[in-house]
Amino acid sequence: MKVGIVGAGAVGRAVADLAPEYGHSVVALADSGSAAIDPDGLDPETVLARKEGGDPLGAADPNDALDASYDVLVEATPTTLGDAEPGFSHVEQALARDRHAVLANKGPVAERYGDLREFEANSRGQVRFEATVAGAIPVLSVIDDLGTGNVTAVRGILNGTANFVLSRMAAEGLAYEHVLAEAQDLGVAEADPAFDVQGTDAALKCVILANVLAGGDRDGDDGNGGNDTDSDTDDGAIDNDADADGSSLREPYTLADATVEGIEGIPPSALELAGEDGRTIRLIGEVSRGRVRVGPRLVPEHGPLAVGGTQNTLQLETRHAGRLNLSGRGAGGPETATAVLADVGRLTR
Amino acid sequence: MSNDARPDGGGRDRTYTIRLELVDEPGELLRALEPIAARGGNLLSIFHERGSLTPRGRIPVEVALEATPKGFETIVDALREAGVEVVQAGSERYSESLTVLLIGSLVDADLSDTLSDLERRADASVTDVSLSAPEGTDGASTARIRLATTEADRTLSIVHDAAAEKGLSVIEPLTAGASR
Repeated sequence: MKVGIVGAGAVGRAVADLAPEYGHSVVALADSGSAAIDPDGLDPETVLARKEGGDPLGAADPNDALDASYDVLVEATPTTLGDAEPGFSHVEQALARDRHAVLANKGPVAERYGDLREFEANSRGQVRFEATVAGAIPVLSVIDDLGTGNVTAVRGILNGTANFVLSRMAAEGLAYEHVLAEAQDLGVAEADPAFDVQGTDAALKCVILANVLAGGDRDGDDGNGGNDTDSDTDDGAIDNDADADGSSLREPYTLADATVEGIEGIPPSALELAGEDGRTIRLIGEVSRGRVRVGPRLVPEHGPLAVGGTQNTLQLETRHAGRLNLSGRGAGGPETATAVLADVGRLTR
Repeated sequence: MSNDARPDGGGRDRTYTIRLELVDEPGELLRALEPIAARGGNLLSIFHERGSLTPRGRIPVEVALEATPKGFETIVDALREAGVEVVQAGSERYSESLTVLLIGSLVDADLSDTLSDLERRADASVTDVSLSAPEGTDGASTARIRLATTEADRTLSIVHDAAAEKGLSVIEPLTAGASR
């Protein structure tokens, strides 16, 4: 596949770096300032070395990357809320050209899921976004394989920064501010950690999961539409239209639907008392019965949800297969790029 | 308990435990269970330890059942009328346990008042309290509270209300009503 990449942060760079190894060629790589474009395939190493040296990626305008000769556009610009721009327009442009779009950017999937699916429906390109939830953990694929209707709830730890802070506070009896400063020094937390510690990032991922799970009901509606065509004779086309309208009537979830609480107010004494009782506190995201909720919760200290450090973990409740636990690295350039490239690989099948 | 006095005389089902002492004769257990089933009680478990006798030579039996509060009264009356010795009844069995953390200015919030308020409103019993207030009286301190309750979900929402009134924040377990 020919891959175009917008966004040259840790994820975008890692996708460019690893793409050749996965058998793909990179025909465009853009950051906010410039773009390198070559229809015959760039040498990612050379382009990335320029960026590392403080030079522009290439001579082209970043917007020209969107018109490059890619089969799939990888959207890896920073997550924005509300209208999710400019990421959304990047994806829109790729779909308008009947190209695929693979997102690592949570904004468009969490905030404008309905629009995203609508543009996809009118395009020969597909939209995939495994990398938006829990980095390297292939949770969306697992849900897809299980069947969305067979997954009754998803809960877990979806933010490595908050998990690092809580697990270190618990282990060392340290105050929140101290551990946060430490995390910032280590590069685990951003200079402005609000997005992570206030639960917004985890909530966006939960909203994406909620939209994916609700999509299962939509498929169910389509199944009923199939029954209609059995009994109908001449107005099948009208019925199909009605079905399409019916499915787009469902309001997708956005961040506004999530109940979100962060970890800033948690004192060391809370972790201490939890520990004395064989429990600990983790920032847990939950999607269950149409509800999206993120907040600090008590979990068994040695249970599967109490992963340490920056790890992420997800627990799926299924109708026929009990509980599934998935854990691993939820962030990082190469880790997230792995999920992006897995999506690219699925498009070729 | 006030909400039990409904026009239908019923109210919702609750879990009760009845302790009986039976004479060691064939058919005694069945005789004791009949009035329960006959009056709409739903038997949950019967604990009957063979060989364990009371000082008076009776066999202790513990029966757990579900019934409406009104239905439970008639069951106990019926048992006594049938000559079955009811040693203890009416004490509700708390089948679920709920542990929460309360965080905030616990001294200002008058913790013991908060707890007795909780017991009253939530129809629950506080079985364990631990306090940690390392920063003295002005900082955020934490209390870990374990409640025995019949309905952990309902109790939890009452805990949230009570805490909000006192300006405390609550950290609840991932699944309310876990076995510990």
